[in-house]
Amino acid sequence: MPRDRLLVLAALLALAALAFMTLGAKGSWSFLLPFRGLRLAALALVGAAVGVATVLFQTVTGNRILTPSIMGFDALYVLLQTALVFLLGGLGYAMLDARPKFLAETGLMMLASASLLGLLLGRGRHDLHRMLLVGVIFGTLFRSLAAFLQRLMDPNAFAVLQGASFASFGSVETDLLALAALLAGAGGAATWRLRHALDVVALGRAPAIGLGVGYDAIGRFTLLIVALLVSVSTALVGPVAFFGLIVASLAHLVVRSPHHAHLLPAAALIGATILVAGQTLFERVLGLQSTLSVVIEFAGGLLFLALLLRARPT
Amino acid sequence: MIEIDRVSHGFGRSPVLRDVSLRIPKGGITALIGPNGAGKSTLLSLMARLIPLQAGRIAFDGLDVSRTPSNELALKLAVLRQDTAIATRLTVRDLVTFGRYPRSGGRPGPEDHAAVGRALAEFDLGSLAGRFLDELSGGQRQRAFVAMTFAQAADYLLLDEPLNSLDLTYARALMHRLRSLADDHGRTVVVVLHDINYAAAWADRIVALREGAVVAEGTPAEVIRPDHLRSIYGVRISVIRHGDAPLALHHLADPG
Repeated sequence: MPRDRLLVLAALLALAALAFMTLGAKGSWSFLLPFRGLRLAALALVGAAVGVATVLFQTVTGNRILTPSIMGFDALYVLLQTALVFLLGGLGYAMLDARPKFLAETGLMMLASASLLGLLLGRGRHDLHRMLLVGVIFGTLFRSLAAFLQRLMDPNAFAVLQGASFASFGSVETDLLALAALLAGAGGAATWRLRHALDVVALGRAPAIGLGVGYDAIGRFTLLIVALLVSVSTALVGPVAFFGLIVASLAHLVVRSPHHAHLLPAAALIGATILVAGQTLFERVLGLQSTLSVVIEFAGGLLFLALLLRARPT
Repeated sequence: MIEIDRVSHGFGRSPVLRDVSLRIPKGGITALIGPNGAGKSTLLSLMARLIPLQAGRIAFDGLDVSRTPSNELALKLAVLRQDTAIATRLTVRDLVTFGRYPRSGGRPGPEDHAAVGRALAEFDLGSLAGRFLDELSGGQRQRAFVAMTFAQAADYLLLDEPLNSLDLTYARALMHRLRSLADDHGRTVVVVLHDINYAAAWADRIVALREGAVVAEGTPAEVIRPDHLRSIYGVRISVIRHGDAPLALHHLADPG
């Protein structure tokens, strides 16, 4: 039963969180608890946001291989951030308060993705190769534009940008945590209300409209939520390419149900568990720094290739 | 009754439908026929609100498709299209349960489960209910989709070329089921068909389109006549009678 599986996933996450908080604890708890607690919350939030965003994205685009990151969503976020630093100058950007800045970036991100990614809901939706090409081109375009702007910047502005945008699992941006959690929570709540309609959207455009679901409106709204969740995760830990793919594939594998009422919580729990458990393992047990993303990207890349090779031509 | 008033439609600059007005009465099977590019599928998609109307009006029993909320229309009409590729892995029972979505809002109750059970029984899907769609043959999958629209319990059923990619056993069986939907369950079926002989044998009424305009409509005996076929398809086709229905010998060479 999917409900039992969700409980097992929740228990796993609780275990991982306990290990993250307690393993290798040295020094006073009054320092450790808030320090580790903040990082734990950030990792769990990022994992959940990426998982939910990927499942949503795959539902509205009607495939199981592409993810927001593969389609260049987080490259877009980096580009927006770079453009902001470029326009405002290093000093101007650094003087902005982090929170309104994050809000503005998220808003811009939602705007940009809404205008660009309407393409994804068009007629070529079921054409995997076309979607993949669009993603590769967008991703490369965004990354190249960002690199171009970075080259034109003066070194001080570049240093500011580096400090702002190159976070990782090891050094999470915790100052934005509360705001990011609030935004992600709002996005999550909005999608939870659509969970039954999303089941129908997954059937495709014609069947969904036939069943009276506003397919196009829900698709656009969901892509906005995806943009929001990607902004949250990218702001906290930086771009991750294939992590979402692993999480969404595992969620479908574990839940084995077409219902988003089960899929969405499963994806959130699995995403959070992988990041928390993985970070615990690498930092505390193996004593390594900043290698989790490499392993995740490697495994996710292999999975991506396997899915792509197995996909039947459409 | 389906009222289609002065509907015109175009993709880009090329017009697909020109000022089509049509009345399709309630009950029975109405077949839309015509050569490729005549606008049959476009007309059906407009009726099913899959594409928005550019000009004109379409109404089902007085419900205007461009004004009535989509979920209200879902109680009135069900649609089945040819491209039924679904990314989600669904069992037959999951799929048929989706037919209840307009009534259940995604939380099927006892009444909905009963309706799903009836649909599965009606279409001989009882033994396949737990199977995944991708494990079924094309004909079985098609049957599951028709069962879903049956569970939707809408008065009107619109089908776009349902016989494509079905071999003749399945094609006949599907037409038989559509007939029984119309005769035993009082549904109104509108179906786009390529093969005029299927239309002649199973439909009550035929509407023929050519280049976006209605060129003939009426009973099979009224429409399937050499002079009409010539104006629809632009070729000479002999018609003989087989039982009650006309039979077009469209596969033979031009009768000299």
